[in-house]
Order: sequence, then structure tokens, then C-alpha cells
Amino acid sequence: MTLAAELGKPISVPTGPRIRAPRRSLAISPSALLPFLLPLGIVVLWQAASSFGWITNRLMPAPIQVVWAFWDKLVSGELAVNIQASAIRAISGLLVGGSIGFLLGLANGVSRLSHSLTDTTLQMLRTIPNLALIPLVILWFGIGEEAKLFLTALGVFFPIYLNTLHGVRNVDPQLIEMGRVYGMNGWTLFRKVIFPGALPSIFVGLRFSLGIMWLTLIVAESMAASSGIGHMANSAREFMMTDVVILALVIYALLGKLADLVALTLERLTLSWNPAYQKSARS
Amino acid sequence: MSTTVRTKNVWGNDIEPEYAARIPRQRAGDRGVGIRIEGLAKSFGDVPVLHDLDLEVPAGQFLAIVGKSGCGKSTLLRLLVGLDTPTSGAISFVGPDGADTEPSSRIVFQEPRLLPWASVIDNVVVGLGEGVGRRDARRLAEAALAEVQLGEKAGEWPSRLSGGQRQRAALARALVSQPAFLALDEPLGALDALTRITMQALIERVWQEQGFTALFVTHDVGEAVALADRVIVLDEGRIALDIAIDQPRPRRRGAPDLAEIEGRLLAGIFK
Ligand SMILES: Nc1ncnc2c1ncn2[C@@H]1O[C@H](COP(=O)(O)OP(=O)(O)OP(=O)(O)O)[C@@H](O)[C@H]1O
Ligand SMILES: [Mg+2]
Repeated sequence: MTLAAELGKPISVPTGPRIRAPRRSLAISPSALLPFLLPLGIVVLWQAASSFGWITNRLMPAPIQVVWAFWDKLVSGELAVNIQASAIRAISGLLVGGSIGFLLGLANGVSRLSHSLTDTTLQMLRTIPNLALIPLVILWFGIGEEAKLFLTALGVFFPIYLNTLHGVRNVDPQLIEMGRVYGMNGWTLFRKVIFPGALPSIFVGLRFSLGIMWLTLIVAESMAASSGIGHMANSAREFMMTDVVILALVIYALLGKLADLVALTLERLTLSWNPAYQKSARS
Repeated sequence: MSTTVRTKNVWGNDIEPEYAARIPRQRAGDRGVGIRIEGLAKSFGDVPVLHDLDLEVPAGQFLAIVGKSGCGKSTLLRLLVGLDTPTSGAISFVGPDGADTEPSSRIVFQEPRLLPWASVIDNVVVGLGEGVGRRDARRLAEAALAEVQLGEKAGEWPSRLSGGQRQRAALARALVSQPAFLALDEPLGALDALTRITMQALIERVWQEQGFTALFVTHDVGEAVALADRVIVLDEGRIALDIAIDQPRPRRRGAPDLAEIEGRLLAGIFK
């Protein structure tokens, strides 16, 4: 009997058609509602407290009043205008600051020269809270759109820069070496090895910067603006319209959640190779 | 024990007969290159790792390199595939016409080093380098995967494969470009004993079919003796022992002749 015959044991016996994961049913399971139980309970309690007169409506309006305020603003079209204004500021700040941070992070991760030229300076600037620059920014740009763009872009820049740099520098050197043996260089190496390897870290930076983006925008819009959610809240304050103030807070929360959801979905889609994002790995 | 015999896979393609039981195909021409190493030396800083190394490897030979840990085996392979440059000395490759050539060389590492974000087949396509059309690349990669009996896993993520399957995918990636010279740096080092035996048979078969020159580094002297035409022992940066093994293939493990050679090699390593 030959060695080959002795070894004739199959390695991967085909076991018929691959069994597909069962489709997730569209019905919402009770456990999916569980996270919403607490907020719902609070709203009910709050409404009850207002109705029984335990809290002064002047300082803290009832939820139903907030809903009416929402309806008012929606019908008058004010809400759409303000949300649009805020969203445009947020997105343009993210695009400007994010892309500069991303490109600098890549450059400094790949090129030693670029890193030693700029990294120390950036690390120093990073320690200044961007909102501390408000007085200076007003002197430079006045209180127009440029000031808000500058502040949000600056706030968004650092998390994306730092995490892109970290991601690029921590790509598995064994994979880079493999790429070199297989004749990858420059652009191909970047596209196939370095960028996908850095992507999980870049997403961490993106999600961080979304938080900072809203925070900066809230402050910038309350400071001086003629449109936007922050402006809506601030002018409501002058007329003691607490329901509109609360409405503005709720909208900020929803917008923040929406942005995070978009980032999370993008992450899921692009990182589907990662066992941490595979369906079966999710509990 | 009974195994159902299937001749079609789930996509209706023919399944190749189990590789280990298959008679090797005829060699697809003599693709291998000869390797000539003259006075090769490599030091890292002041520490010499290889020195005065002379070695002649005929085209198509299966050469195994054994030696103590840290004796410079990996360093030698890295120099051969161009991942490092020698401190002094020369490496040249000799084509079938006797002239110097710049061969296509590939290396399989101890770790699979698959790109986790690319499917198994895309990882194999990496082995083709630039300049191959999408469709051709896929076809070649599919063939290479079939060669290592991994055709069914083409669309999987590497994280879904077992250790042995990953290493087979890495082997397919190295083979897909039909290299003239293949370096293997302890490719089976991380695998369990049973998987090792099947993988050894697989490597022997593809080498017999494709006729490349193989340099196989291993810690396992028995494995070296079972697979190689010739085994060298590297010690303190030079060749301490050089033994030709002209036993017929496939070889039976533990045959007396092989055991004798194994004993000589072990004595050479621990002298
Ligand atoms: N990049 C490097 N810088 C400095 N020293 C190195 C480098 N690479 C290898 N060495 C040294 O060279 C020597 C030989 O290393 P090498 O990796 O070639 O050993 P090896 O024979 O492959 O060992 P093993 O069997 O454990 O894999 C070791 O002493 C190691 O410390
Ligand atoms: Mg080694």
C-alpha cells in the first residue's frame, strides 16, 4: 500500500448545499423593544407629573406641549428650515475637517518625513479645546457661517486625524511584507492592504468626531446665528418658550443618533469581513 | 466506514478525485530554475547570521533546509526572494538555457498572511500581481484553489477557515502565478500532526506536477526526509551537512533507509 493511498482521506468532504441562515422575520420581537421601555416610562411619568401640577409648566413643559410645539414648527415650515441649516453646517464641517484630518493622517502614517514635519505641531494644537477659540474665531471671521464652519471642522479634524494615523501605523507589518513579496507597491499596496487595515480605526475616529461635531454646532449656533436648531432654541429662550427649547434638545438628540446610525451602518457594510461584525457573531 | 462518492459539487462542477490518491500529472515542462549562491553573507549590525555560504541547487530540486532555531534559515529564504539584501556575496538564478534569469519567486510563510478583508479567492488573485485581466485572474485562482482542494471555500472570508485551510489558501496564492522557485518557511509549523501529513502529500504532489524548484525550511527532520531530494543542515551560518535522498516516491514514513538518514541529520544538527 502506498503512502498516497494511506493518505487518501478527504480534507474537505463536500456536504451538500450550504445551509442558508434563516431569514430574519420582520415581526419585532419583544426583546427589541426593551431598550425603549425606560425612555417611554419617563415620558409617561413626566406627563403625569405635569398633569397633576407637580411641576411648573412655565419651567418644564409637559411632553404633550412639546409635541404641539413640534407640530406648530413643522406646519409653519420653520423646523425644516432650521434643521436644514444645521445639517448643512454639520455636514460641511465634517467634510472639510474630516477630509483634511483623513489625508493628513494617511500622509503622516505612510511618510516619515511628513510625520516629523507636522505631527508634533498637530499634537500641540490638539490640547486646545476648540471652543476655547471662540473669541479668536469671532475676531477673525465675525459671527457668520465661516466661524461655525471653522469651529466644527477643527473639532472634527482631530479624532479623524489621530485615528487614521493610528490605523495606518498599526496595519500588520506581516501583511505589508506579504504585499511586497507579491509585487505590490505604492498605490496597490495602499488600496489592498494599508487602507482596509486602517479602516476599523478610521471608523472609530469618525464616530468620535460626530459627537464633537454636534457639540460644537450647538455652542456655535446658540452663540450667534440667524438659523439652525441652536438659533431656534436660543430665540425661544428669550420668550420663555420652554417647550421649543426642549423640542430643540430632542431634535439634537435625534440628529446625533441618526448620524451615529449612518456611521454604524457604513461600518457594518465595509467591515463585513471582520468576525466582530458577522451576523453569527452577534448576540 | 463508508464515504459517499460525489462527482459533482453543489454548483454542478466536477469534483477532482481526492488529491492524495491521485497519480501526479505529467510535469508541465521544466519550469524550475537553478539557484547559485556564492560567498553569501548577511549580518544584522555587527551580528553575522550567514557567512561564506556556497550552495548550488539544480533546477526542479526539492531542497529541505533544517537547523537549530536562529541559525539563519528564514534569513536565507528572505534573501532569496528579495525581502532582504545580502551584506556580501551573490545569488543568481539559472534558466533552462543556462543563462542568468530573474525568476518569478514566491514564498509561503509560517503564518498564512491572508488579507482578512478579502475573500479566499481574492486572496489567491493577489498572487497573480498586476496585469492579469479580471476574468483570467478569477479562472486561474479557481484552478489554484481546486488544486489545493479548497474550491468550495472560494467565497468565504479567511476568518471562517480552519488553520490548515488558511495555509492551503496561502499555498494556492503562491502557486497561482506558476513560480519557477518556491520558498516555504516552515509552512506546516503551526498545524496539527494529522493535517501536516495531508499537507505534506499535497505539497509533494503539486511540486511533482509543476516542477518548480522548492526550498523547504522545516523543524521536523522526518518531514524533510520524507519530502526532499536533498537535505542540508545549516549551522552557525554555514552548511554543516548536505545529504542527497534518492528514495523512490511516494515514500513511506519510518522506512529503515529514511530512518537511517534521519539519524545522521539529527547527529549533524546536535553535534
Ligand atoms: N531583522 C533582524 N534584525 C536583527 N536580527 C535579526 C533580524 N532577523 C533575524 N535576525 C537574527 O538573525 C538570526 C537568524 O534568524 P532567522 O530568523 O534566520 O533564524 P531561523 O533559522 O529562521 O530560526 P527559526 O528556526 O527559529 O525560525 C537570529 O539570531 C535573529 O536574531
Ligand atoms: Mg525562521
